[in-house]
Amino acid sequence: MFLRRTLPLLVSAIFGIALILQFFVPHPASKSFYNLMLDWLIIVSAFTYLIAVQSTVELHFTKIKRKVEGWQYSIIVLVSLFVTALLGVFGGAFMPTTLWMKIFPSVKPTDTTPLMYTYLYMQMPMQSTIFSLLAFYMASAAFRSFRARSFDATLLLVTAGIVTLGRVPLGEFIYKGLPDVVEWILKYPNMAAQRGILIGVQLGIIATSIKIILGIERKYLGGGK
Amino acid sequence: MKNKIFFFIFIILSFIITFPQNETSKDEPVVRVDSTIVKEFQIKDVSNDDGSKLEISCQKVLEGNNSLFKLYRKELNDTVFKNVKTFQSFPVKIVDEGLSYQKKYQYYLAVSDSLGNESEKCLIGDFSPKADLFKTDKTILLLMIIIYTMVIIYLVESVRKGKDLFVRKISGLDTLDEAVGRATEMGRPVLYVPGSSSMSDIATIASLNILGPVAKKIAEYETKLIVPNRDPIVMTVAKEVVKESYSEAGRPDVYNDNDIFFLTDSQFGYAAAVSGIMTREKPATNLLLGMFWAESLIMAEAGNTTGAIQIAGTDAVTQLPFFITSCDYTIIGEELYAASAYLSREPLLLGTLKAQDYFKGFIIFIITFYFVILLISWITGGNLVFLNKILEILRFIFKS
Repeated sequence: MFLRRTLPLLVSAIFGIALILQFFVPHPASKSFYNLMLDWLIIVSAFTYLIAVQSTVELHFTKIKRKVEGWQYSIIVLVSLFVTALLGVFGGAFMPTTLWMKIFPSVKPTDTTPLMYTYLYMQMPMQSTIFSLLAFYMASAAFRSFRARSFDATLLLVTAGIVTLGRVPLGEFIYKGLPDVVEWILKYPNMAAQRGILIGVQLGIIATSIKIILGIERKYLGGGK
Repeated sequence: MKNKIFFFIFIILSFIITFPQNETSKDEPVVRVDSTIVKEFQIKDVSNDDGSKLEISCQKVLEGNNSLFKLYRKELNDTVFKNVKTFQSFPVKIVDEGLSYQKKYQYYLAVSDSLGNESEKCLIGDFSPKADLFKTDKTILLLMIIIYTMVIIYLVESVRKGKDLFVRKISGLDTLDEAVGRATEMGRPVLYVPGSSSMSDIATIASLNILGPVAKKIAEYETKLIVPNRDPIVMTVAKEVVKESYSEAGRPDVYNDNDIFFLTDSQFGYAAAVSGIMTREKPATNLLLGMFWAESLIMAEAGNTTGAIQIAGTDAVTQLPFFITSCDYTIIGEELYAASAYLSREPLLLGTLKAQDYFKGFIIFIITFYFVILLISWITGGNLVFLNKILEILRFIFKS
């Protein structure tokens, strides 16, 4: 019980209060304490990636073993995982390793590493593909939102129409002052609404932090009591 | 012979003429630093810093000068001079950065003419920067945090003593039960996405606080819960939260460790994988709660096409319109932080929720008060001194 509940609560309270105080103390000692905390965060995060690999391997291995629907894709995941890891270990991350250059004499130290190659020519294009879907999703979402079913929806439709027109050269061609109207909409009514939400969010963040520091909120440790 | 004598006389004469001139240029520089300018210089410590800055200023007015002034700095026991700044006109205000509070520095001023001849360096003074122990410009903020904490503690104590608090209805959170029930009736899983951020984001902690009561309800209904994660730490915590909730519900046997898993830390890779799960597993309920960026619409739209009931919540203002468009219910901003207290109805947590509301009321009052004073000041032409003083104080508070 002490290790599972009391110790984590004590750690949260002590370091929570220490980091709040750190914010108000500009002394270099306070800065080095903050940097030390960041270093610890990086070290802990690095170790948790081992858990991530274990989770991925276990999940997909189970899928293959039980031959669940689409288990073939799990083979691709596991093969990709190990091939990428091997390329990183033997080929180097940012510059080719000596071993890699010995195996392939034509490789120079300035050449792209095999790991970087997979990142630049496989991962990046795949990410861009998914990102590009956003344009189509935006169009379909806009179509659903901008149907003038009520007064609010009509207001939204008209405003969106003005903002969209004002952001393209055609809008300025139709009416020269349209970009200024758009600027006003974004700067005042839109910003006012955003700030209203943001004030609430900031108060929520402070309240949640205080709850955690004081030990009132414990659900993130598992269980409610 | 005559020519030779003339030649030698010429050489000797030219030597006599040029020699004293060389002597003066060696001993006396072409330009000198005006000592009255040096006396006007002031060195002072920059307040509220870590002792790495000094402010060097001179109030003397000097314009239209062709000379270039150079400010040099050296450590007290060092011989190396470093040029801090070159300037041409006065008054001047320079902030010298990258210093150490444990060292003493000497500042020198030199002047150079249009030909590039530089004068001797003239000592302005020596100074050691001071590392401050408190940011005085953040006093108001500290006071606000202390008052806010006191209000929270007071309300928590009042609730502990039995005071009843009214909490307004949040429809997005009220629907959670209905959404879980729907998944049970349809025999399909519930998908819970705890956001794309790490554990250091408060929105993620708020999301995991909601996951607890949701997992408990799911365990009671014996429905499958899928929690894909982008961060390994979040995954570890989510596993712990779900496991405890299943135990609390008395159904630890239903818990499956493989249902809470790590996907990828790539932003769009994660969005693609979650969209894939939505399409393949066809969850009846999608809960998207936490911090999201550009991937929010990809996931929400993918869920929308599968016909699942979707409840989303985030404090990212830029992503809220996407969720409002694509999801059935949206938990907006602060409601995400209120969710834990709202769902569990724990008196202590409700106390903090009330404190949040009171403080928000206070901020609204201050903003309205400022607006009214500003309006009166504008109508009266800004001639009322006491109104200007109030406005000044309020602006200082807002700035802090």
